[in-house]
Amino acid sequence: MPDQTTRRTFLSLAGGAAVLGVTLRPAEATPAMLSSAIRNVVGEAPVRTGKVRLDVPPLVENGNTVPMTVSVASPMTAQDYVKSIHVFNEKNPQPNIGNFYLGPRAGRAQISTRIRLADSQKVVAIAHLSDDTFWSVSVDVVVTLAACTEEVI
Amino acid sequence: MPAALINVPRKAKRGDVIEIKTLMSHIMETGYRHLASGEVVPRDIITSFSCRYNGTEIFRADLFPAIAANPFITFFTTATESGTFEFDWIGDKGFSETATASIIVE
Repeated sequence: MPDQTTRRTFLSLAGGAAVLGVTLRPAEATPAMLSSAIRNVVGEAPVRTGKVRLDVPPLVENGNTVPMTVSVASPMTAQDYVKSIHVFNEKNPQPNIGNFYLGPRAGRAQISTRIRLADSQKVVAIAHLSDDTFWSVSVDVVVTLAACTEEVI
Repeated sequence: MPAALINVPRKAKRGDVIEIKTLMSHIMETGYRHLASGEVVPRDIITSFSCRYNGTEIFRADLFPAIAANPFITFFTTATESGTFEFDWIGDKGFSETATASIIVE
């Protein structure tokens, strides 16, 4: 029957395409990956909200270069300073963005860089202080043109 | 051809907090992009950046594919003495670049 053949061919093609689509598409970092990436850094320590400021544009046209500044309210003295700053995202293929290690000599706990965002999502910054407490902030960013996973032409 | 751009104040007063800006030209290929044929473009990124001030490490960063191409990193340090800053970038495929900048502290 020409009718059935067409239908069967169509279905197998559609199925094949679906499988192909799944295998080609890189996995997105799920919120579970985000929290496990954060656990890898902080361990069992509690993470409190505050002290950290994350400056990133709320609306981004091009996810390939998003300017980002993280600053932490800290006196940066030999007794009380920021050890490190860790930045994470929710929906890129990988939850980590960068780890930045400072010390009391930095004078000011602030770093800037440019990042890639593959989707509209939450960006999280966590600061590790010298008294081994962790402080965090999260910011929602809307991205119109996604980065990371586009085809190479 | 790798090229670094470093911005460090030429002079500073002892105890001043100074900003250091660095940029290294690099594609930062994520490893998540693929060609039209379906082939994945292998990852090629800078994985580590560090800065030493007269031999002492003052700043270090681990970079991931989510860092944009031509990594631009700025940070702060306290000007303690005249001398040199040495910058190192290390990455995939044996990428290793260095740059230096000097400062006069009065």
